[in-house]
Amino acid sequence: MSETATAPLLATRSLVKRFGSQVVLADVTLEVPRGRVLAIIGKSGTGKSVLLKCLAGVLPHDGGEVLFEGRPLGANAPEASGAESLAAFRRRCSYLFQGNALLDSLTAWENVALPLEQATLLPKAEIRLRVSEALHRLELETDATRYPSQMSGGMQKRLALARALVTRPEIVLFDEPTAGLDPLRRNAVFALIAHAQREFGFTAVVVTHDLPEALASCDHLALLDQGRIRFSGTPAEFAATPDPVVASFRDSPAALARDIAALRAGAALPADLG
Amino acid sequence: MLSALGQSSLRIVSEAGDLARFTVRGFYSAVGSRRLGRRLARSVYEQGVRCVPVILIVGLFTGLVLGLQAYHTLNRFGSSALLGPLVALTLIRELAPVLAALMLVGQAGSALTAELGIQRNSEQIDALETMGIDPFGFLVAPRLLAALIVFPIMTAFFALVGLIGGWLSACILLPLAGNVYWASIDNAVKGADVSECLVKALVFGALTIALCCHNGFNAHRRTGATGARAVSASTTRAVVFSSIGVLAADYLITSLLV
Repeated sequence: MSETATAPLLATRSLVKRFGSQVVLADVTLEVPRGRVLAIIGKSGTGKSVLLKCLAGVLPHDGGEVLFEGRPLGANAPEASGAESLAAFRRRCSYLFQGNALLDSLTAWENVALPLEQATLLPKAEIRLRVSEALHRLELETDATRYPSQMSGGMQKRLALARALVTRPEIVLFDEPTAGLDPLRRNAVFALIAHAQREFGFTAVVVTHDLPEALASCDHLALLDQGRIRFSGTPAEFAATPDPVVASFRDSPAALARDIAALRAGAALPADLG
Repeated sequence: MLSALGQSSLRIVSEAGDLARFTVRGFYSAVGSRRLGRRLARSVYEQGVRCVPVILIVGLFTGLVLGLQAYHTLNRFGSSALLGPLVALTLIRELAPVLAALMLVGQAGSALTAELGIQRNSEQIDALETMGIDPFGFLVAPRLLAALIVFPIMTAFFALVGLIGGWLSACILLPLAGNVYWASIDNAVKGADVSECLVKALVFGALTIALCCHNGFNAHRRTGATGARAVSASTTRAVVFSSIGVLAADYLITSLLV
């Protein structure tokens, strides 16, 4: 088998990202298995979204490598130009931004059609069909002429999801796809990702804080802590590992119940609110 | 002090180089940009059609004041017959391109800087990149091309309305003969004057809209301000630098063409 076929679809090797003197990603080595859903979890501010943006080439990294099918991506690409390798990657990848990043001057229909019209050579009839399908799947067909500003947060999230999936990508990067959604919508979004992943067979990387939903719907989990991958494995391995940082995440609902009980009994606030 | 002066000079040169690269890339990215016509039409509407009222109003009052001042000044020397050429040449060679550019910067330039700044802040520009769409071709190229269409047309409108303002002032409100006014303009204005006007309008259009696009597009790079304040700072900076740029470029072009 060729190296490309056996290599993980997307991987990082000793990835480093700094903002000024602040090191956000110190040494991130991670593999995203082909055709699986990987959830990246971690405390707020640990650099999960930064890692996702480095994977997508939106943010340049300061050290290490991002590998796509085993080949360095972007600035690290040895052959052709970095821009060409990144362009080829982007044709096969979609990104769902935390804040949706919908173009506010375009209608829902135009937003979903945008990547097909601008970045593919599909005929107009095929574009119309795909956009209709995507809007129908996300229950937005009656809102096609509305602008993002005329939609609720949940509708905007679904619209962004429709735009991310309409190109039928091989890899989808989800940056907190359920941020700001109610529990029912949250479940629906995770179910939708899992369903779409089975239907289209794409590889997904999901940055999330929703541990129960991630455990239920993802094949792999990676815990980012202090700029490094602290844990990487299946949900079953996540449940079994004795690592104290993983355990603090895993047992957070029980810890919350303990903290609340202690507060009611007059104890001080827990020290770690970061 | 010398060190600070040197650092400031280096920063100015670096920013000028950055702006030049941005402008060239903006124009170049129009090649191969899909469905550019629709976005170009929208930019022409926003920079041009929406600015017509302010151009007409400012142009009219400029002509009125110019006619009034020139009549009383020339009348002292018994040269009121030269009022038409004075108003026409002042408008065509100087005031129309400069004032129209300043008005367009104030209305359209500031709006597009803020729009691009907000698009940068809300990750819309990053989203375009992740979709494999060149943000320069999608956002910058239509605005730059629109400037090359809109600025000459708006400058012509300004000059025309200014001439009418001068006629109203000198021939309707004051006793100068209308036929003298228009005939003297016809004799005095040469093709070179119109060419100078057109060159200025094109240069001011490309310069100011490039500055406005550059500031909005790079709003996230502003030091000392983030979020909404970065957009506000970028918009202010775009308007101030564009205004200074128009006046400086006006002097340079005039000194080359006069």
